[in-house]
This record gives sequence, C-alpha cells and structure tokens, in this order.
Amino acid sequence: MSPLMELRGITKSFPGVLANDHIDLTLNEGEILAILGENGAGKTTLMNILYGLYSPNEGEIFIRGSKVSIRNPHDAIRLGIGMVHQHFMLIPVFTVTENVMLGVESVKGTGILDRKTVSKSVNEISARFGLKVESEAMVEDLSVGVQQRVEIIKVLYRKADILIFDEPTAVLTPQEAEDFFKVVHTLVEQGKSIIFITHKLKEVLEIADRITVFRNGRVVGTTTPSQSTEASLASMMVGREVILTVDKKPAETGDVVLDVTDLHVMDDRHLKAVDGVSFQVRAGEILGVAGVQGNGQKELVEALTGLRSYETGRVELLGENISGASPRKIREAGTAHVPEDRQSDGLVLSFPIKENLVLNTYYEPPFARGINLNNAEIVKAAEQRVKEYDIRTPGIDVSASTLSGGNQQKVIVAREFSRPIKLLIASQPTRGLDVGSIEYIHKQIVKKRDEGCAVLLVSPELDEVMSLSDRIAVMFAGKILDIIPASEATKEGLGLLMAGIRSKIQAEVA
Amino acid sequence: MSKASPTPTPTKSEEGQKPNFWQRLFVRKGFSDTVLIPILAVFTALVIGGLIVAFTNSDTLATWRNFFHDPLGALAKTWITIRDAYSAMFLGAFGDPAETIKQIGVWIKTGENKGLLAAIRPLGESLLLSVPYILAGLGVAIGFQCNLFNIGAEGQLYIGGLATAFVGYAVQGLPWYIHMPLAILAGAVAAGIWGFIPGILKARFGAHEVINTIMMNYIAYRLMDYLLNGPMKSGGTPATPQVQPTAILPTFFPAPVRLHWGFFIAIALAVVAYWLLWKTSFGMELRMVGVNAKAARYAGISVKRTMVIAMVISAVLCGLAGSVHLLGVDHRMMPSFSPGYGFDAIALALLGNSHPLGVVLSSLLFAFLRGGAPRMQVVAGTPVEIIRIIQGMVIVFVAAPEIIRSLYRLQVSRREKESAAPSVSAS
Amino acid sequence: MSQAVSINNSAEGGSRRRLTVGIFLLAEMAALLLLLIGTRGMVSTFVLSSKRAGVDIPAPDLVIPTWGAILTIAIVIGLAGLWQLIRGFKNYTNAVLITMISLGILMFLIWAARGNSLNLTGMLVSSVISATPIGLAALSGIYSERSGVVNIGIEGMILMGAFISVVVASVTHNLILGFLMGILGGMVLGALHAVLSIRYRINQIISGTGIIILSLGITNYFYRAFLNPNPALNNSGAVLASLPIPLLWRIPVIGPILFNQSPVIYIMFLLILFTHFFYNYTKWGLRIRAVGENPKAADTLGINVFTLRYISVLVSGAIAGFAGAYMSIGQIGFFQESMSAGKGFLGLAAMIFGNWNPGGAFLGSIIFGFFDSWQNKLSILQIGIPSEFLAMAPYIATMVVLAGFVGRSRMPAADGTPYQKE
Repeated sequence: MSPLMELRGITKSFPGVLANDHIDLTLNEGEILAILGENGAGKTTLMNILYGLYSPNEGEIFIRGSKVSIRNPHDAIRLGIGMVHQHFMLIPVFTVTENVMLGVESVKGTGILDRKTVSKSVNEISARFGLKVESEAMVEDLSVGVQQRVEIIKVLYRKADILIFDEPTAVLTPQEAEDFFKVVHTLVEQGKSIIFITHKLKEVLEIADRITVFRNGRVVGTTTPSQSTEASLASMMVGREVILTVDKKPAETGDVVLDVTDLHVMDDRHLKAVDGVSFQVRAGEILGVAGVQGNGQKELVEALTGLRSYETGRVELLGENISGASPRKIREAGTAHVPEDRQSDGLVLSFPIKENLVLNTYYEPPFARGINLNNAEIVKAAEQRVKEYDIRTPGIDVSASTLSGGNQQKVIVAREFSRPIKLLIASQPTRGLDVGSIEYIHKQIVKKRDEGCAVLLVSPELDEVMSLSDRIAVMFAGKILDIIPASEATKEGLGLLMAGIRSKIQAEVA
Repeated sequence: MSKASPTPTPTKSEEGQKPNFWQRLFVRKGFSDTVLIPILAVFTALVIGGLIVAFTNSDTLATWRNFFHDPLGALAKTWITIRDAYSAMFLGAFGDPAETIKQIGVWIKTGENKGLLAAIRPLGESLLLSVPYILAGLGVAIGFQCNLFNIGAEGQLYIGGLATAFVGYAVQGLPWYIHMPLAILAGAVAAGIWGFIPGILKARFGAHEVINTIMMNYIAYRLMDYLLNGPMKSGGTPATPQVQPTAILPTFFPAPVRLHWGFFIAIALAVVAYWLLWKTSFGMELRMVGVNAKAARYAGISVKRTMVIAMVISAVLCGLAGSVHLLGVDHRMMPSFSPGYGFDAIALALLGNSHPLGVVLSSLLFAFLRGGAPRMQVVAGTPVEIIRIIQGMVIVFVAAPEIIRSLYRLQVSRREKESAAPSVSAS
Repeated sequence: MSQAVSINNSAEGGSRRRLTVGIFLLAEMAALLLLLIGTRGMVSTFVLSSKRAGVDIPAPDLVIPTWGAILTIAIVIGLAGLWQLIRGFKNYTNAVLITMISLGILMFLIWAARGNSLNLTGMLVSSVISATPIGLAALSGIYSERSGVVNIGIEGMILMGAFISVVVASVTHNLILGFLMGILGGMVLGALHAVLSIRYRINQIISGTGIIILSLGITNYFYRAFLNPNPALNNSGAVLASLPIPLLWRIPVIGPILFNQSPVIYIMFLLILFTHFFYNYTKWGLRIRAVGENPKAADTLGINVFTLRYISVLVSGAIAGFAGAYMSIGQIGFFQESMSAGKGFLGLAAMIFGNWNPGGAFLGSIIFGFFDSWQNKLSILQIGIPSEFLAMAPYIATMVVLAGFVGRSRMPAADGTPYQKE
C-alpha cells in the first residue's frame, strides 16, 4: 500500500543554521507516526514546512502519490493537513466558536457572521470525537487542556485528514495526557492519520505505531516501539550513550534555610494562584516542586524572589523575615535565582557578556564605588567566570544574544553561583537545552547542594524533578498536595497528585 | 534605541588587549548603523529638500512650463535655484570663509577686530543655536535610552525659561555668581516638576508618556499665555521684563558675536551625560530598564523609580535648554522664544542614536541648518519651514535604515543578517 | 499602547483605587468650597431656548436654586463614593466614575451660572461641534489600533487633510471635492505610516512622531510659500452649512444639539454605528480583530496580516483627513498654521477611555469637546478663573483619563508590535 504522505529530500536552511538536511519521511494511512528528537533537531521546522509556514530550499512532498506544493496554510488546509501547535494559536478574547471559524467563516448575506451554524458544527465535532467544550465560552477562561481541545476542533472543522501535533503533552498532567491519547485513538478509528512531535521517550513507546528519530536536522532512523527501548531511543537522539539518571550521594541535611508559612499569592488577573502553601527547605537538600505548568508555580517563585507582592503569608530565610522584601534585599540575604525564561528575565541580551556576568552585583564594591562603575574589576571578574564555567564565547564584550542557549544558562549560573549563597531557587533550569548542557546544569545544582546550599527546584519535567530531588512536593491548583521523599515517589503516584488526587498514604500521614 | 548587532571577534584582540574606543564604537554597532546611514540620511533629506525648494520657486516653475522649448534651461535653472538656496544657507550658517581668512590677516596686522567679528558672526550665531539643541537633544536622548519618549521637550523648555526669567528679573541685589546659578537652578527645578508628572503617571498608572508629555506641552503654552499677558507682563507686548545683568550669561567674544558661555555648559553636560550613562551603576540601570525592563526587575532594579528619575533628568536637561538660551541670548521670555527646539530635539536624538556624542554632532548640524535658513529665505525666497520637512525626513530615514540601504544599494553586513535570522528555538 | 512593563499588579491596582478615592474626595471638597463662596439665595438660570437658522426654538428656562442644587449633588457624590468603597472596586466602576464626573461638572456649571444665566443648549451644541474632530480622530485611532498598529501621527494626518481640502476647495470652489482631497491627503500620510510600521517595522511611535513633524513642516512651508502671498488660495468661500433634519430639528433642546448640525456630524454618527457593527458582526471585522490580538494565530489560519493592517491604517488616515477637512472647510473656510491644536491626541485619549470601542470613544470625545468649548462660554460669565486656565481643561482631563482608564481598559493584545513572519 502506498504511503499517504511522503517527503523526499526536504532541505531547509536559515542564515547560519541548516535546520533540515535532506529529510525523507513517510506516513501511512491510519497510523500514528512519532517524530522524536531533542530541542533544536529540526522537527518543528519540518512540520512548519508541511503546514506551509516555511518553504523548503529543496525537496518534494507527495500526498497520495501526487506531488504537491504547499506555499501557505491555505494550501495545507486544502490538502487536508492540519496542525496543532505547541504554543496555542488562539485568540483569548474570542469565543470557542469564533476561534474555530476564523479564516473560514460562515456568512449570511454579505459578510455578516453566522455564528449559530458554526456553533452547531462545533458541538457535533465535539460529540463525535469526545472533545468536550462549551462553544460560547471565551478561550481565555478555559484551562489549558480544554484549549487544546479547541485547537483540535479547529483542525477537524477544516476537514483535516492528516493531523500534526507539536509537543501536545507539554502542558498536560499525566491524566490529561491519557485522555489525549484516547482522543488520538478515536481520531485514528475515524480514519485520520497522525504525526506527533515529541522529545518524551516514554510517550513515544506508549502510543506510536512507528518512530522516526531526528538528530541535528537529519533523520537518523525509523523504528517501532517493539524494536526499541528508552535507552536505545535516547542514544539515537543524542548519538552516544546517555546516562538518564543523575549520580548523587544521599543528602546530608542541616538547618532549615527557607521557611514558608501559609503563603497566599494572587496572579495577574487577581485570582488566587498560590493558596495557603507551607513548606521548608533545609541546607544540603533539594526540594523539587513538581506539577503541570499553570498551577501556581510561577507565582510561587515570583513571591519568594520578591517579584510579586502578597498579602498573606510569611517567608523566612535562616530566621530572617523576608516577606515582602525587594528582590535586591532577598538576593543580598543569600538567595540565588535561576529564572524560568533566561532570555527575557535572566539576561539583558543586548548588553555585553561581562555586564551580564555581574548583573546581580554591579552596584556593590568592587564593581562600583558610589555610583561610579569600575570597569577594570568587572572585566577581571567576567574573565574569571568565563574560565571557571567554561562559557564558550569569542570574548566578554560580545552581546549575550550571540551565545547558544546552553552557554547563556551558564552565564546565569556563573553569575548566581559567584557569591556565597544559602538558597538556590531554580525554575525550569534546563528548558530548551541540549543534553550536554542539561547534564552540566544538573551537576552544578547537585554540587551546590553538596556544599550545603538549600535548593528549591521547580520544574514541569517530572523526570528531572524525580532524578534530582531529595524530597518532592506536588503543586496543584495553588496548593501543595503532598511532600514525599524521592525514594518513595513513583511516576504514577506523582501523576495522581499532579492531577489533584490525593494519595491514600498522605491521608494517613495527615 | 541602542540597537546592538552581534559583534565579530574584535580585530586585534588576543587575551587581554581591549579594542580601543574607535573600534568599539564601530565594531559594536557596525560602521553603517553609526556613521554611514545617518550621513546618507541627512544627505538624502537635503537633496529632497533642495528639490522641494526648487519646485516651489516661481521662477523655476516658470522655466519648467517652458520645458519643451528649453529643457536644458529648465534643468539649469533648477540646479541654480538649489545651488543658490544652499549656498545662501551655507553663508548664513558659517559666514564667508574667504572673508574670514582675510579678516584674520587684518586682525593680525592691525589688531582691528571689527571686521573679523563681523565675518565670524554667522558661525557664532550657528553655534549659539546649537546650545538649546544640545541640551534638549541630550534630554530626549536620555529618555530614549530608558525607552521613554519625552515629546514634552518644548513645554519643558518654556517652563524652564519662564522660571529662569522670573528669578532673573525679580530677584535683585545678588552677585552674579549666586544669581546666575540660582536662575538656572530655578529653571531646572521647574522643568523637573514638568517631567516628574508624566513620569509618575507612567510609573504608577502605566499611562503612556507620549500623550502625557504632549498634554503637558499644551498646558505649558496656556500657562505661558496667562503669565505673559498677566502677572509677568512688562511693557506693551506679552513678554517678561529683561533679566538683571547679574543673571546674564556673558558672551565669549565682543559684540556682535553673541556666542555665550552657555555653549560650554552644554558641552560639559554632554560629557556628564556620557559619564552618567556608561560609567555609573545608575546609568547601567537606566539603560537596562530601557532595553529589557523585565530583566531589570529580576536584577533587583526598581523599574518605576528608574523611569521617574530618567524622566526628571530628561525634563531638567530640556528645561536647561530654555534657561541657558534665555540667559545667554534673549534675556527675556516671550511667546516666540522657541522656533520648535523641542521638536527638533527629537529628530536630533534619533539621528545621534541617543548617544551624547551623536547628539552633539547632530545638534551642530541642525544648528547650521537653522542658522542658515533665514538667509536662505531672504535670498532664495524659501520659507524656513523647509528645515522641519528635512527633519521629518531625517527621522524617517534614520528610523528605517532599510530605505537608505535599498536606495543606495548598500550591503547589509553579515552580522546584521545573522542577528535578524529567526531564532531557531525549541525544536 | 505602552510597551508593557509588568508593573506589579496589586501596587498598580492600589494606586488606581487611591486615585479613584482621591477624585471623589476632591469633588466633595470642591463642592463644599463652592457652596461656601456666597451662593445662598442665588439662582442659576439655564437658558434652554436657542436660535438656529433664524428660527426661535423656545424652551422654558431651567431655574435652579444654586445652593440647594450644589448641596444635593454633593450629597449624591458623597453617597456614591461611600457605596463604592464598601462595594469594592469591580465592574461598573467606570460607569459610576463617569456619572460622578458628569455630576461634578454639572455642579461646577450651576455654580458658574449663579445669579446669571447661561445658555446651556448653546453650550451643548458647541460641545458636539468641538467633539466632532476629536470623535473622528478617536475613530481613526480605533481603525488603526484594532488591527495592531499604533497611530500617534493622527495629528499630522488631520493637519494635512485640513490644508489640502482648503487649497482644493479654494481653487475649484467645490467643497465636496475639497473634502475628498482632504481625505486623500490623510490617506497618503496613512500610507507612509503603514509602510514604515508594517513593511519596515520601525517603532510605531517614532513613525507617528516623524509624520507629525513632516506634516507640520509641509503644511507650514506651503502655507508660507503659497497661501500667504495668494490669499485667494486660502479662502474656500462657502463653508459646509448645517443640515437641519426635517421635523426633528424643532424639538426643543435636543433638536438644535443633535439634528441641526453639519452633515459631517451626521456622518460621524453613522460611522460610529457602522464601526461597531463592522467589528462585532462581520467576517472581516473578526479577522482584523484577530490580527490585532494575535497576528501569529491569524497567520497560521491563512489570514494575510499585512494586507489587513495596511487597509486599516489607510482607513485610519482617511478618517483623520476627513476630520481635518471638517476643521478647515467644514467650519471656518481657511487654513491656519498648526490648526489641529492637539485634537489628534485628544482623540487617542478618547479612544482609550472608550476601551477601543466606538461608542465609548464617542462618549469620551463629548466630554473632551465639552471642555474644549467651555472656555468661550464661561469667560462670558466672568467667573473669575482666567480663560487660559479654562483652556487647560481638556488637556488635564486627558491626563486624568489616561491615568484612570489605561489599566482598566483592554487594548488589542498585539497593538504596537510589528509582525514578523519567520
């Protein structure tokens, strides 16, 4: 049987980067094809080509045996290709119906919107594929899981036969991911074919019919779940043996460093994001906060680092009350913060590296006397830090935007670790980094912990939290449902907590 | 405003040899962005301005009506009109170089300086015009460095001038070394308040400073109307009394050259501005807030406080433009005090890339344009407003360098291309 | 419109709350002050009749006991303020605030007219007339910003429209042609702004400022070069006359205000209705709104972001040009330097006040128009406040509006951000 879709020799380059290097790919009718690769391997680029957002430099695309050219999303939609993007393409202030019909609106008369008809169709699709949504709800009021369903309905409304999903489970709890997989199976039963981009090894083994592995813009192989294991896939992705767990000695904990009591924090929309959270972190241990993004972790970290004010709650650092203190005071008290979004929060990209390397201490001696900056001292410190942390850069005067993601994170780490710290708060420290950089950052975090620092690690990557943490707290809907020692944690157990279901054990302990 | 492009390996740099000032200036931003584009922008604007001058000149138009009979004549007349207009502008701005040299000879031989003074008078006039430009330009530039658009320079200028004039004429019996600084201080404080209001509104309420500073301008004009027609009025016309002699900024040369010490105050403040922006921790904070306010917050900087201070500094400098110009030249306040220095300052700051050195150079350029314009009006009949048209075009060309690049088929440097490439990010 | 600095929200909300309370307190204190300044026993007469087109439209005079009325209003404001404090600051605060401000203004008028008579109808008529360029400017802003392009240069487009329409009308003695050319003039500047902001992606504030400077330069230059020496070029002779709507214009009080105005004003009303309908009920309105909120999403759905933005900015320029033409040949028949006098900015403030909706923007422009026109009427009354300070009112009002309403309103999410296709 000839494949439904075939890609031959697709090549796409951007200035300085060869994103896709002669890619060959086939998709059979009614199958679930997983495309597996690290961040930066070229997966999304290829899918954007399929969806008409980019055009390839070379190569051909065949659908049902005939050659096609896809110059824009219109063409893709016409050919029955639909894409559900990693970052949702929804208009928050529009309703579900309006979002679904945007671009293919039904009209009465000359251009007057016909919302009723579309609403009916939305409800039909919703029923048929098991995607429960309320057609007149405003998208900004919907949870992330429901928003994803809207995206799927959008694609189905346009009668797509080939559905491309880009990192669909990145924002879902394990249970929501299970629901999502059920939907995928329903779609296949109804005759659709699925392409599924991910970097999560476990998922791929669970759901895919076939797996194509990308590395550095090339296809390195195609296999099936029955022929592979996590380890084999990982080494295909990376090209070498990958150690999937972090080597660390058991924790030697000391005094309580961070003491949080009954913290309540509001989010930007004046809704409660952190709802009465209490916990402690001791010196020499890593407390990992697991949970799907959007359950209050961001606001928690912002509150602890002084970036967000709160009315109720008490936070103490080594006994000193830092509730409501400014970010600078909290830093000076001995806190280091590796932020979630290094490019917008952790660095000033257009400033030179040397200034970024002292961003937390530039105003103190020896870097400044009064308001006078001492450039010579800054240069000295910068050069020393570049050496110590092996930051790959042509010089310290180049702007930070020239560095790769991994090196940018190293700059932040170098800066934050260069003063004696008692508490390290790390938010998604390895987001978007290659495996080598991930290993490096993990090593540094463990090193700090072994030096006696208290570490609070907040990450949606459950594997990371499980491998690094000594104790794991799970956040759901603004509350910490449970804190358990890492040795007792299981994926299933944590998954339940992340979905808001308290375990029996916790009920007994409480 | 500081658009940085990624720098290649600094040329001579081995471990430890820092590139010198010139290398850093060019290499960091690229030769084209810093120097070539602004020069071409001004040149292009002047060319277009020249064409406008030509084609609004009735004589030239007449020759073009006869184009088919005498095409060369029409082209020649066009060229002559433009040439005359710009040479008139040149003479008005600089004076006659030949005459100046001759007069230097006369002065050396006989000690008679009247002729020399007359010859350099136009140059002196241009330089004195550059003083309010430099000061207001610095003010606007500092605002830009913090990503604040201070369109209120004009109003701040007037307020500064009004306060200075008041202290200048109302306070008597003080020696000059107290009176003059006091008058200047009054102007600075008044203008500072004028800038503080939009600043605090932006910081506390997020109200955009563009509209608020413009509103403050209109309020300033009305206030001036009231004061000059009422409490501060002196004589028959709406104007303040002359300031006391103890408040006047002395001139540098004897009459008729009016260039005054304010020029050096302006240059000194330009140096101070440079030091502030790049050599102090506050300057770094200000620039950081301008480039990435979120990262600034993460670094512990109080964004609101920085913005308010930046607005106040900006307004003070613009107010000083009014104060210094008043004490040095007009010695009294009247409605026609400013032919739009404040708005010109915006174009200046953009042309100078918000850098004090660039501002000084651009100010000199604009001062020469404006210094020469009246003579151009007399000789060639073109209204001085042509300056504003040229400024508007300069703004457009500098802000959108691609226009100049495509016009002159300039190569985009490799580094600029790389920085514009889409970030091939996650996946 | 502002490059969003994430100002910590509760502090911002706190400031706003304090501002609102502050306004109430100020109003209360003002009321009491006015009461104290000898208003006992006086009577404020509001003349409601008017004479339009030589026809008397009589209406009974509104005679109000000054002291009593001010006291009543003061009590109402006080109660409302208390109620607001108790209730908390949620929805409808806007409406309450607007009502309070209106009452405050009414109170001021009553005080100003004490022992005197003030032609209220006349005042409202000129408010509408003053409001029209502001309202049109606000509409111009809406069209541009709903698609995601900030247009500060409206002021310059108005000026250009005013200039070109006068010259054309003077030369051709055809007012309609003058208006059309004025609209075209605004569109040309709109096109420039569009190209700079969309194709060259320069900072839209800079682009707008550059356009204002260019427009000032060009209009003043050609005014001095051509119009001064040739006054015939600056005299359109006729001015667009008022168009009374049959029957309706004779209704006392409302008639002269709403139904006997320049056709431009009627066009503005229609435009307001059309704009509301367009953005909420039509396919293209939906698409343009999408482009203004999330251009990337719209792009992935095959919508051409650039084309829609270009069209929107051109329409914006056209309306601004229309406003300018109204100010010149629609009202006085000649051009003066810098005659747009800030209407463009007042329009933008009205737009923000109205939360980027035409109805709200119109309400805002009425308020600004009122302040703009009260300078004339009130100086006749000689209330003791210098006319220059009265003239500051629209500008101060704008600043207060911006401070109070920017946070409350919801601008199109992608407003001001150039779109870059990857």
